[in-house]
Amino acid sequence: MAYWPGCVSRGFTTELHGSMGLVAERLGIELVELDRANCCGAGVIAEHNQELADTLNARTFALAQQTGLPMMNICSTCQGAQSECQQRLRDSEYRSHINETLAEEGLSYDPEGFSNKNFLWVLVEDYGLDRLKEQVQRPLGGLKVGPFYGCYILRPKHRLGYEEHPERDLYLDRLIEALGGEVVQYDGARKCCGFPIITMAREVSLRQAGTHIGDAIDADADCLVTPCPLCHLNLDMQQPEAAKVVNRDLGLAVLHLPQLVGLALGFEPKELGMQKHIASTKWVEERLSDRQAADPRSEGAAVAT
Amino acid sequence: MAEFTLKVRRFQPEDQTEGPYWESFDVDLDPTLSVLDGLLQAKDREDGSLAVRCSCRAAICGSCGMKINGQSTLACKTMLEEAQSYAESHAVAAQVGGDKTESSSNGGRPEIVVEPMGNMPVIKDLVTDMESTHWTKIRRVTPWLLPDGDPPEREYIVPPESMIDITQSMACIQCGACVSACLSMEADPDFIGPAALAKAYRFIGDPRDAEGKERLHDLANDPHGIYDCTHCFSCIDACPKGVAPMDQIMRLRRAADHEEIQDQNHGHNHMAAFTKIIEQKGTLDEALLLQESLAPGIKGKLMPKHGAIKGLLESIPTAIRGIRTGKMRSLPKLIPGVHPKLPGDSQDHVKRIYAHTEDHQVELNLYIRGEEADADESVPQAEAVPESEVKPEPDEVSDSESRPGTDMGQAPGGGS
Repeated sequence: MAYWPGCVSRGFTTELHGSMGLVAERLGIELVELDRANCCGAGVIAEHNQELADTLNARTFALAQQTGLPMMNICSTCQGAQSECQQRLRDSEYRSHINETLAEEGLSYDPEGFSNKNFLWVLVEDYGLDRLKEQVQRPLGGLKVGPFYGCYILRPKHRLGYEEHPERDLYLDRLIEALGGEVVQYDGARKCCGFPIITMAREVSLRQAGTHIGDAIDADADCLVTPCPLCHLNLDMQQPEAAKVVNRDLGLAVLHLPQLVGLALGFEPKELGMQKHIASTKWVEERLSDRQAADPRSEGAAVAT
Repeated sequence: MAEFTLKVRRFQPEDQTEGPYWESFDVDLDPTLSVLDGLLQAKDREDGSLAVRCSCRAAICGSCGMKINGQSTLACKTMLEEAQSYAESHAVAAQVGGDKTESSSNGGRPEIVVEPMGNMPVIKDLVTDMESTHWTKIRRVTPWLLPDGDPPEREYIVPPESMIDITQSMACIQCGACVSACLSMEADPDFIGPAALAKAYRFIGDPRDAEGKERLHDLANDPHGIYDCTHCFSCIDACPKGVAPMDQIMRLRRAADHEEIQDQNHGHNHMAAFTKIIEQKGTLDEALLLQESLAPGIKGKLMPKHGAIKGLLESIPTAIRGIRTGKMRSLPKLIPGVHPKLPGDSQDHVKRIYAHTEDHQVELNLYIRGEEADADESVPQAEAVPESEVKPEPDEVSDSESRPGTDMGQAPGGGS
């Protein structure tokens, strides 16, 4: 895959980029990193200048097309911001205008046959959950996992391929089940983490994060899992601050999508960078060891790496 | 005809002993009829006290806004078969549970869950109080034209290129679905919200209005204004008329940016800092973004505003925790500006893109222009419906024909 890790997975959430590399290798997915590509703009650059955001993303798509491989991202926000540009770039007149700007670098974007998918979509639609199940060495043993999708991978549906794949808003649930976990139903699974306004409306932002984490705890979740590193920033890195705003104890581990997959594939939490999280992941590790000891299916799985 | 089950969230204010509860109704209707038709049949045949607000039944009057399977929408625009299929695939009824359910024995049919709109007080059953939330917020944005000087002798003339700014917002039918779906308003009930802000953009974009800049200052500086929108897209999915309120809020931000309104919420500074960092580095320098959003440039550092010091102080505990776990234990993450540039000549190419696009700032409005059909998606000639049989709604983008001159325009205040 032409792999776009995004900015945050190489910034404040390096454990995401690291665990993605391990998991891809184990699954036999070859990642060709687009190291010359630029930030998607996260919707912020488009607020300033739509043409600039579209041209920057067309540059990334063109770089991906040069590899001859389908593009994969690991960030819901990249998915949403880039899908928005992809939608506008389907307009041939507008695209020609954008491609003129790219021509000087010898690049050109052609939407024909191009695809750009989050790792979650790749796993479910291309790799296949049955094939993934065969790779599981340490079933999650009923670990109670709350899915947290992130807005940019859910909405708006008409832009994100829901006509062709109407159940994309269920993929995290299916993945958790495929890995042997138990899906926790809670109110915040498809709501907003609040991160986009952390600088402008800090309290509102943290109240959103804190409320969803609290709801998941009330629904008896052992942890959350998210395909979006920006959600991770608000749900994990800001969790102690969110706790102050909602005035309750939180302390719920929030895993990146490849970390949850990695645990089921038999990687150790430390290999997946889980010690870097702000909200301790110890509880998840303990639950997994307990379940592993009690579950004959996973006998010896931990040493299979 | 087919049978459907509607699981309705009920609330009867006259009954002092009972709070909200769930009640299921079995209805028998053509699957292509609407959830509203289902509710009206239940009201007619089973319980005349079931309260629902409706009028035109054709997605024009905006009366029957409610949540169907958790999605804010119009009941008259949601087909029963669609709603049932969604309820089944998403196991909606199991998720809502219910504190008191009077379930019907319907043979295991998936129940379509119907609730009153969110973010508003419920008056009775599916009828919400639009006045206290929706209309109050609409009035907040001064929703009428404020022209300067004497009126012209004849009618005001709005040039076609201005339609990019006002047409989409004008399609609003005030149904409140976007308000119901708004996730920022859930966390901040004072947020002005999607419907009112979309309405505000309609006046700021209108060349007949003389107070655009004042309006922008007001909405940018209000802590519950344009920078309180969390960019969750919920209102875009909820809107039955294609208004895409969040897109209008982003246009308001773009207009405020071009006016260089230095708002007290750091909205402009955040956008300017983000954009500048990508020009200089190609990818995001998170430490620099925080610093420059709160205390931009030398001036911002020599004379920091109150909000800047507070914001920077508030970030210190998070940074210390990050250093402790190793998340932020590296120079580029701690020291603003150390972040590396893109390799080779890539950064130069990014800068060149900036230089080029900042010159003209083309804005494409797909609502007005219409989307081009992919070659493989186009309807084969033999199956095409004769044009005379198709009556597209004026708000819907259905054709691929562009209308040059009104669709690809300059962003407000764009160009130099």
